[in-house]
Amino acid sequence: MAEITTAAKKVKLIVTRQDAPESAPYTEEFELNYRPGMNVISALMEIQRNPVNAKGDHTVPVCWEFNCLEEVCGACSMVINGKPRQACAALVDKLEQPIRIEPMKTFPVVRDLIIDRSRMFNALKRVKAWIPIDGTYDLGPGPRMPEKKRQWAYELSKCMTCGVCLEACPNVNEKTNFIGPAAISQVRLFNAHPTGEMNAEERLEALMEDGGIEGCGNSQNCVRACPKGIPLTTSIAEMNKQTTKHMFKRWLTS
Amino acid sequence: MKGFYSRKLHSLLGVIPLGFFILEHMITNFSAVEGGEQGFKDSVVWINSLPLVLILEIFGIWLPLLYHGVYGTYIALQAKPNNGRFRHERNLRYLLQRVTGVIALFFIGWHIWETRVQVALGNVTHEELGGLIHDIVSQPVFFMIYLISVLAVSFHFTNGLWSFMVSWGITIGPRAQRVSSYICMGLFVIVAVMFTWSLFVFRGMEFEASGTAMLHTLKTVIG
Repeated sequence: MAEITTAAKKVKLIVTRQDAPESAPYTEEFELNYRPGMNVISALMEIQRNPVNAKGDHTVPVCWEFNCLEEVCGACSMVINGKPRQACAALVDKLEQPIRIEPMKTFPVVRDLIIDRSRMFNALKRVKAWIPIDGTYDLGPGPRMPEKKRQWAYELSKCMTCGVCLEACPNVNEKTNFIGPAAISQVRLFNAHPTGEMNAEERLEALMEDGGIEGCGNSQNCVRACPKGIPLTTSIAEMNKQTTKHMFKRWLTS
Repeated sequence: MKGFYSRKLHSLLGVIPLGFFILEHMITNFSAVEGGEQGFKDSVVWINSLPLVLILEIFGIWLPLLYHGVYGTYIALQAKPNNGRFRHERNLRYLLQRVTGVIALFFIGWHIWETRVQVALGNVTHEELGGLIHDIVSQPVFFMIYLISVLAVSFHFTNGLWSFMVSWGITIGPRAQRVSSYICMGLFVIVAVMFTWSLFVFRGMEFEASGTAMLHTLKTVIG
């Protein structure tokens, strides 16, 4: 069994905790036995199994969210050693110790590492990030999507609404109502779809509302932080072009 | 006005007309390098002989400047920079764009007060402006303020041109944005060098001699 050879090695964690949405955050240190292949999730699970902090005091287990454990659901996003990312993909072997774990404070903190990402889902509703196909009768098959377009659109569809791009963006904060990079990229995705394209103008107009695309300040942190490698800045610039064109079209045709 | 339009207007005014005015100002200043005191005087007289010069100033400089400055301050105050966590060049430029914008606003306000407002009040004539600037930049502290400010303005303009092209959907992909970045930073070097050079010439006691001598040396070196 593997545990014999590495039993002496320790992993040190400093977790920023918060008991309730309105209460003050504090840090708590933990020291765990190292196991090969450990990631931040399994370290947090270890704390859950044995909720004892570094001082040896019994404590309340750390709360966090996770689902898929393979970096496709976006639920376990947190700030690890200063970088927003998914805890399931953060391998302990590749992290500098002590590992500092904080919630993504751009979002309201519910408890410990659990955050409320509702604003992202509201943003998707605002820009109508879906394809309306329901009718009172069978509308038949929609137009086909060219393969070349499908290839880049597929990359955009990898967005898991994890919130890392919003956490990385200096313009998403309590002083602004900027919708954030994720929803802007989703407008590009749904406007690229041959059926979704039929409602393209509604989505562009949603981006031209207050807190829409104009909130981007070109720091380009989003594209560097995105765990799925989505070309967010290309999407933003493309939407800048389309909203600008739409602006002139509206002026000249209405 | 809705955010989308006010931000678009902010971005547009930064290039047209303000960007053009910066280039025009740069060329006027550089006439001091090429033609010395007389060359600069001639340029000032020429620009002030344009038809409807007051209208041009009001709609081409003052109002756009006021809007760009006030709205720009609002944008700068909304930022929450995170350059410690995200150390890369674009994020640094995001911060610098806001910092240089604020420096530019204070500097330009002060500079207009010293020059254009004094002309309007009748305290100084257009012909005396070169001498006035000479007196100001001869003092080391003011020279440093002018030097930092012209570098800040040059950066704010050229980097703003880069983000203008992104915001208006001209440069879209990463390659296009990288190429436009090289072009804009190249323009920054040119604008910064020309403004700084003029500053040194304004500083010289005998500003025609030193300036033209440097230019002649450069011309001999180039070809």
